Amino acid sequence: MNWEIVIGIETHVQLATNSKIFSNAPTAFGAPPNTQASVVDLALPGTLPVLNGQAVQYAIKFGLAVNDGRSDNIARRSVFARKNYFYPDLPKGYQISQFESPVVTGGSVTIYVDGMEKVVTLTRAHLEEDAGKSLHEGLETAGVSGIDLNRAGTPLLEVVSEPDMRSAAEAVAYAKALHGIVTWIGICDGNMQEGSFRCDANVSVRLVGAPLGTRCEIKNLNSFRFMEKAINYETRRQIELIEDGGKVIQQTRLYDADRDETRAMRSKEDAMDYRYFPDPDLLPLAISDSDIAKAQAGMPELPGTALLRYLAEPLQIREDQAIEYRKGRRRDIDAGWSQVQYGLPRAVATQLVSDKKRNDYFEATIQAAENPKYGLLVANWVVGEVTAYVNDAGGTFGNPPLTPAQLALLARRIDDGTISGKTAKEIFHFIARGDLVGSADDAVDQLIAERGLRQVSDTGAIEKIVDEVLAKNEKSVAEFKSGKEKALQALVGQVMKASAGKANPGQVNDVLRKKLAD
Amino acid sequence: MAILDIAKRLAGREVSAVELAQDSLGKINALRDLNAFLHVDPDLTLAEARRADARREAGGGEGKPLLGVPIAHKDIFVTRDWRSTAGSKMLANYVSPFDATVVTRLSEAGMVCVGKLNCDEFAMGSSNENSAFGPVKNPWDTSCIPGGSSGGSAAAIAAGIVPATTGTDTGGSLRQPAAMCGITAIKPTYGRVSRYGMIAFASSLDQGGPMARSAEDCALLLDAMVGFDPLDSTSLDTQEAKVPVWRAFSDQIASKRPPDKDFDGLRVGVPKEFFAAGLAPDVAARVHEAIATFEKHGATIVAISLPRTALSIPTYYVIAPAEASSNLSRFDGMRFGHRAADYKDLGDMIAKSRAEGFGREVQRRILTGAYVLSHGYYDAYYLQAQRVRRLIADDFQDAFKSCDLIMGPVAPTTAWKIGEKSSDPVAMYLEDIFTLGVSLAGLPGMSVPCGFDASNLPVGLQIIGNYFQEPAMLAAAHRYQQLTDWHLRIPGAAT
Repeated sequence: MNWEIVIGIETHVQLATNSKIFSNAPTAFGAPPNTQASVVDLALPGTLPVLNGQAVQYAIKFGLAVNDGRSDNIARRSVFARKNYFYPDLPKGYQISQFESPVVTGGSVTIYVDGMEKVVTLTRAHLEEDAGKSLHEGLETAGVSGIDLNRAGTPLLEVVSEPDMRSAAEAVAYAKALHGIVTWIGICDGNMQEGSFRCDANVSVRLVGAPLGTRCEIKNLNSFRFMEKAINYETRRQIELIEDGGKVIQQTRLYDADRDETRAMRSKEDAMDYRYFPDPDLLPLAISDSDIAKAQAGMPELPGTALLRYLAEPLQIREDQAIEYRKGRRRDIDAGWSQVQYGLPRAVATQLVSDKKRNDYFEATIQAAENPKYGLLVANWVVGEVTAYVNDAGGTFGNPPLTPAQLALLARRIDDGTISGKTAKEIFHFIARGDLVGSADDAVDQLIAERGLRQVSDTGAIEKIVDEVLAKNEKSVAEFKSGKEKALQALVGQVMKASAGKANPGQVNDVLRKKLAD
Repeated sequence: MAILDIAKRLAGREVSAVELAQDSLGKINALRDLNAFLHVDPDLTLAEARRADARREAGGGEGKPLLGVPIAHKDIFVTRDWRSTAGSKMLANYVSPFDATVVTRLSEAGMVCVGKLNCDEFAMGSSNENSAFGPVKNPWDTSCIPGGSSGGSAAAIAAGIVPATTGTDTGGSLRQPAAMCGITAIKPTYGRVSRYGMIAFASSLDQGGPMARSAEDCALLLDAMVGFDPLDSTSLDTQEAKVPVWRAFSDQIASKRPPDKDFDGLRVGVPKEFFAAGLAPDVAARVHEAIATFEKHGATIVAISLPRTALSIPTYYVIAPAEASSNLSRFDGMRFGHRAADYKDLGDMIAKSRAEGFGREVQRRILTGAYVLSHGYYDAYYLQAQRVRRLIADDFQDAFKSCDLIMGPVAPTTAWKIGEKSSDPVAMYLEDIFTLGVSLAGLPGMSVPCGFDASNLPVGLQIIGNYFQEPAMLAAAHRYQQLTDWHLRIPGAAT
């Protein structure tokens, strides 16, 4: 049968404010339990919530970012409501959230899957406070559980998508794109291990053209990989259930990564009545023109805009124009480097705009290289060698293995033929590991000079080596002349070996062919 | 003695803050059968009094008429130094790590706290019989209730223990006990007095205010209590809210009137719904006499209508319990307050702790509130009540088109016998009919003593003003108190 998978995603985006959403307690992660909970977070009698303006600014920024910078999806008046339920980590016995009137309604996120563009519509985004957490580890012997209220009151933006996704791959692409947006505009640190970005997936299946099936909500998807696996498991489960004559029951299910399965947590029948009502301790949230203007002023270029710019064909700029280009003297380029186009392949550009820090590193490197013509070369290095190194080393682009100036010089030396790609990789790793050269901008040139890594491009010198190699390898010469093309590669290898890897491989190839044709 | 007279004696070194505090402490002890006080700590009080005296010696008395004057706080206000119980077993041993904003402000004004006052549990009640620590007795007749929920606050003033107390008013809890104890009290415009540190009952209605013998004393106290508080999001920061109460009051009482025309130009609205069946004849007579006094001295009496007066009872008893059910959810035995000794699991611990810690009336209101907010009933009850609430507020605005102040009874009856109505919650709710509308509209309301019934129990005149009209209300009450001496009468129990 022809099954269609329908997925909607709810994401809790932890806002990177300094203090909590309704108190002045700090929000830093990892502090000893209950050291970051104020009297308000503990819900002591007589305490009252006061809204953190920074959280509102971040919500506005998000609204703008998912709406091409327009503000018509931002509610000028939204209402905080109380969601009432008892739980040990919920100090007030209610969570302050937004229910009927969220701060953001609408917007969209564009994703690319298998070369196809798809627009996922957002239903809403609303502000709310996080709960604390229960601690069990290490307390078993004492027979008690602990409550840590450090996280209680941490600001969250809950982003709800329409059920627009049709595969686990699309769901993951959406989550990655959303993650990219919130980190890009600086409202969330994006740390999934620390719970700064948490997704729940609503999954249902139906026969193509049929009405929506009964959905199950999968919780606890704390990595993109788990999200993909959990959705795949869940869709298989639902399809098998229906094909065996069963019915899907609306449930909340938990993904167990160890067993790669989802398990029922609670069904709709157990659903609590949260007795939502407007919080009488807080006035309706009023957002003014100046609030929006303030958020707009602090907005960086959005990833979608950067992507289109990266894809566009570059302006051709001669080397002698580059200095002026950098200084912004020329009229046609005085908008500065943020207007520069590189003509990157979509795969590379998409990768770049998925991570703000890496993208910033890329742009800084191009600026240091002083010519946009290095765009593709640098982009390939950034998403390739540099990313691999950062990931292997468990580092971040906040502290890259090469400074932008060093990588820029490396790119220039590849481009001008001073070094081969292979040598460039050696130099990269040498500096990246490096205690020898430190962080000098010209580390690349120092290494080339000290270690004699300069590529031999002198035709005379190459011809001399080629002659010697040809004299010593009569067998290969004969094979090539009898039509064995492969024999040429063996000869190229011999020449490279004889030149200690420094000969320009392209030139070696040319010289060999010429001599063999004689 | 009037607070200004006490202030003069303090300034003239005729008496010290320590002597005043000792006097209050002595009376608390002598009148402990009234059960007005829940916590007294003479060492703490005398230390505060000594600090007040030292402050005066250091020249800190200038422009501080409240410096060294004793006060006691309703146990709804949290305090660092005293336990804060809200009249509940739930918080029997609770000590707050911070002071309520009202407590801080009055302390900064130099007032000396002599203790915490009994009240209905979580301010829920009209008789002070719902306190977990026993009822308060009315100083005018100790077999009677003092009114509620600020019963201890009213009784302490009536008995002459302290010249000033704080109270809170959600549906009449300042005005009704003031009426029943023959003292003066004012509930300010919602948002004028910070709610930070007031243990919440119904957030959209709760307002703190002062109780004292006279309107002048109340004006002085209210002046020190009001003002924007960044810790309370519903605290008002408007121009109108910034007008100093005492100065505006002083300007009003200083303005000259023609001889015997103290209320010249004042239009007094009298709502017919406040004089309907159910109003005790003695109460009706005293209130009419009081209004006649205003008329005799130059006020114009205007017949007005507040057509939704009767609806204020069901409206209030939907909204207030709804908010209370949520506000009181934090009392789960988890972080503070009463925790049951034996329980099976987490849910059982929360349920048992609450069942043991909360009294019957509090439980009744929590259940009512949870019901009106629940799925399928929310629209019919809570939402509908909010609509009616707006209409009730509109009625008052219509009325204020033809009058400056509204006057009528505070409560349908004088104080009743302890135990008389405690088995009938609805009869008790009906007692609030004249005070609830003002609370729902967020308007300021006062209670001013205006005589006695046949049993020598006090009757209160309610004065209702438009938003921010506290100075005008207090000035009218002050002029009335210059013409009458009801507010100076002292019950036998106090002597």
